[in-house]
Amino acid sequence: MGDGITLNHFLVLGLILFLLGSYCVLTRRNAIGILMGIELILNAANINYLAFAYFGGARYDGQIFAIFVIMLAAAEAVIGLAVILAIYQNLRTIDVDAAETLSG
Amino acid sequence: MLNSLAAQIIFYFIAAITVGFAALVAFSRNIVYSAFALVGALTGVAGIYILLAADFVAMVQVLLYVGGIVVLTLFAVMLTQGIGDVAVSNRAAGRFAGLSVIALAGAVMLYATLRTPWHLATKVSVSATTYGVGNAFLGAYVLPFEVASLVLLAALIGAVVISRQDPGQAPLAPSADKFSDADKLSGKTAGASAKKAGS
Repeated sequence: MGDGITLNHFLVLGLILFLLGSYCVLTRRNAIGILMGIELILNAANINYLAFAYFGGARYDGQIFAIFVIMLAAAEAVIGLAVILAIYQNLRTIDVDAAETLSG
Repeated sequence: MLNSLAAQIIFYFIAAITVGFAALVAFSRNIVYSAFALVGALTGVAGIYILLAADFVAMVQVLLYVGGIVVLTLFAVMLTQGIGDVAVSNRAAGRFAGLSVIALAGAVMLYATLRTPWHLATKVSVSATTYGVGNAFLGAYVLPFEVASLVLLAALIGAVVISRQDPGQAPLAPSADKFSDADKLSGKTAGASAKKAGS
């Protein structure tokens, strides 16, 4: 650590966040918990965008991509939670294993 | 800017907070704890953005994520039931399989990250970014910007249509064998809705 905080520090931090989010998505059976894992994954991607923008010199491109990711994450959260509420109204549960009405 | 000892201390402090809260999100037994830990994790990520000299993105993160998405998630947690029961509120399945998958993926990605010779700028400049971001949005990125506004409008209308409760339609009754978990989870309410659908 003689040369301060480098790009790799941020990339590894993003990697850790991505892995925690992936674990959340893989193991949760609660639909809202899965959405939380997706938020963590999107934030890990944003850390990478901003780290590359900062250390790579092209600043605004990475920041604008990060803002688009945040924007689409908001849309995704709204739609996802609306779908979860609709499932809950019909099935009285948000366990993703129980929502198998469409499976043959 | 990031070479000083103070910057290193701040980075490791914020990174520890972020990873700690994110681990709480991933491993917590109770979905309400997960939702509140998400606030801490996303705020820590905003601190990382500020360290990366992205002040505007950090403010957007705090406003939209911490102020909007997490509150929305908490609303959804409170509107759906079973949150008091730890055993059913945040059930996790396949812990071993999940851990092995992310260990494998993490090893591959860590190797790739550390071995790649990234292109690095020789000189890093730090200044306020709002002016440049605004210019880029209304210049080179004006078409994606407008399309994003359309996407948000569609999401708004879609969310209202999807989550609106149709007053004439009785809820689907969960059958006892298929949704035994659901019956255990909601007990009384599921029975009541089944009775209503049957009559």
